[in-house]
Amino acid sequence: MTAFRALLVAAVAIALTFLTLPVVAIFVDTSPGDLIASLGDGEARDALLLSLETTTIAVALIVAVATPAAWFLATRAFPGKAVVVTLVELPLVLPPAVAGIGLLAAAGPQGIVGGVVGDSLVLQTAGVVVALTFVAAPFYLRQAQAAFAAIDPALLEASRTLGAGEARTFARVAVPTAMPGLAAGLALAWGRALGEFGATLMFAGSFRGVTQTAPLAIYDQFATDFPAALALSAVLVCVSAALLLSVKLMTGAGPLGVAAR
Amino acid sequence: MRARWALLHVEARTPVGSLELNLDVHASDGECVALAGPSGAGKTSALRVAAGLLRPQAGRVACGDDVWLDTGARVDVPPERRRCGFLFQDYALFPHLSALDNVAYAMADVPRAERAQRAHDLLERFGLGDRGDARPRSLSGGERQRVALARALARQPRALLLDEPLSALDARTRAGATRELAATLRATPVPTLLVTHDFAEAARLADRVVVVDEGRAVQTGTAAELAARPASAFVADFTGAVVLTGIARAATGGGTVVDLDGGGSATSSDEAAGPVAVRVHPWEIAVEPAGSEPAGSPVNRLPATVESVTVVGSRARVGLVAGQPLAAEITTASAERLGLAPGVRVVATWKATATRLVSA
Repeated sequence: MTAFRALLVAAVAIALTFLTLPVVAIFVDTSPGDLIASLGDGEARDALLLSLETTTIAVALIVAVATPAAWFLATRAFPGKAVVVTLVELPLVLPPAVAGIGLLAAAGPQGIVGGVVGDSLVLQTAGVVVALTFVAAPFYLRQAQAAFAAIDPALLEASRTLGAGEARTFARVAVPTAMPGLAAGLALAWGRALGEFGATLMFAGSFRGVTQTAPLAIYDQFATDFPAALALSAVLVCVSAALLLSVKLMTGAGPLGVAAR
Repeated sequence: MRARWALLHVEARTPVGSLELNLDVHASDGECVALAGPSGAGKTSALRVAAGLLRPQAGRVACGDDVWLDTGARVDVPPERRRCGFLFQDYALFPHLSALDNVAYAMADVPRAERAQRAHDLLERFGLGDRGDARPRSLSGGERQRVALARALARQPRALLLDEPLSALDARTRAGATRELAATLRATPVPTLLVTHDFAEAARLADRVVVVDEGRAVQTGTAAELAARPASAFVADFTGAVVLTGIARAATGGGTVVDLDGGGSATSSDEAAGPVAVRVHPWEIAVEPAGSEPAGSPVNRLPATVESVTVVGSRARVGLVAGQPLAAEITTASAERLGLAPGVRVVATWKATATRLVSA
């Protein structure tokens, strides 16, 4: 074994240990009994159900709007396109606290669209969905745009010469061909929505059964009942891992990178 | 009444990258016209203009009485309403659909219940009746080409556009595929434009060949006419003939003598003066050992050195250098008898009557 190869192996070993140790620790510290007991706890169950509900709605909204938007951005050239793409990607790098303040300033009761939405979002379940959608959408949009741009243009042209207009070409050729990339984007967005914390806390608050998602419940419990927080964390790890795995199995795509071709 | 002449007419003037495309081609009912020329000549762009995949700066595309494009009149029918079957160079089969669904995709105006049967019948016609369920990636190159052809015909197109239909196939599959394609074209009574960089392919498949170079048509005719009477050294070279350049002057006893660039001379029965290209087919050039005495009628004798010997079946193509490169096609038996190998000195001979002079 060359020295360089030893270096590479060592780097992988360090990365693997560092990145899995906290996850492993959660399970080492949680006995199966605690895990089951925590699921029987009303607060934990409410939080998990609310997380499931809000992330599902958020991801559905994202897919419905961002898929055609990504197609447009991937297939058209127009003045200012780079600016548009950068602006819709901005939430990716925005600190969650800034996102929360921004959402309050925009859609809070005194916000710029406050007259329209009133107090229907702040401290409401709908507000959670808005916060999750805001932070998670760019993950999907970016991945979908890349997946559409990677399609062999001859396939799209072939569809047109075979009598399909752009709408049918999009639905019957572009979406199925880009599916691995779209699914990867969906998993990334779902994962981001599931873990959302800061923006949700600032915009929607942390009210049990209404806006307290699983990450907020963990934060709520960790000072008073550390084992319960651990158990809830363990559940989230399992859900996240299952999500990741199911997308990989469904699409046959490689690790959540760009679409494997 | 339907026009019988020039059913498909494509006219395009437009820059494509660094190329200035300026083409005007037409094909009548059942006629196959080849756009032949080197790669980058603009042939595929012309096909894309016809299909509506490329919009030229100025141009007109008409099929029968339908005008598909007229930049002057601001007419530009989108590709999906042009009803032309387009065969893409790499076939562009939809990877997520079976062979049957690829073909059925083009049948949107056929009632849903009939589509599968019609698509199956079409695949059957191309000998693929049992391959309908296969995805493109599990089909062989030849099968993919036939599925793509079936798909292009599935919409009952008014015109057929074929972009290098055989170039993605390996040599073994190509001969059979060429025969089948020729039969399909004969049975398809629509105008067809065929793009190819291979003159032999154009000769086998097309009724008429338009030689395209740098975006322009340089000569049009049947393959036989082009080979017999090339209008320029470029066309002669493209048809696979040997082309030697030189300066022509009248010979004393009639005919013309050409002093070849790089040394030597050639005699032709054609009349010409000034800079010309000498065109002779490789199969009309014979090879004799160096220093042999003239025998028989060949009047052109050019000392040369063998550069390469390529045997294809019973024929050998001998690459020669005599100031300028030339090639002879002789039997493998005579190549062996002469002991031809790179470096051997020989004399290339051919008749004055087989020597055409064209403007250089």
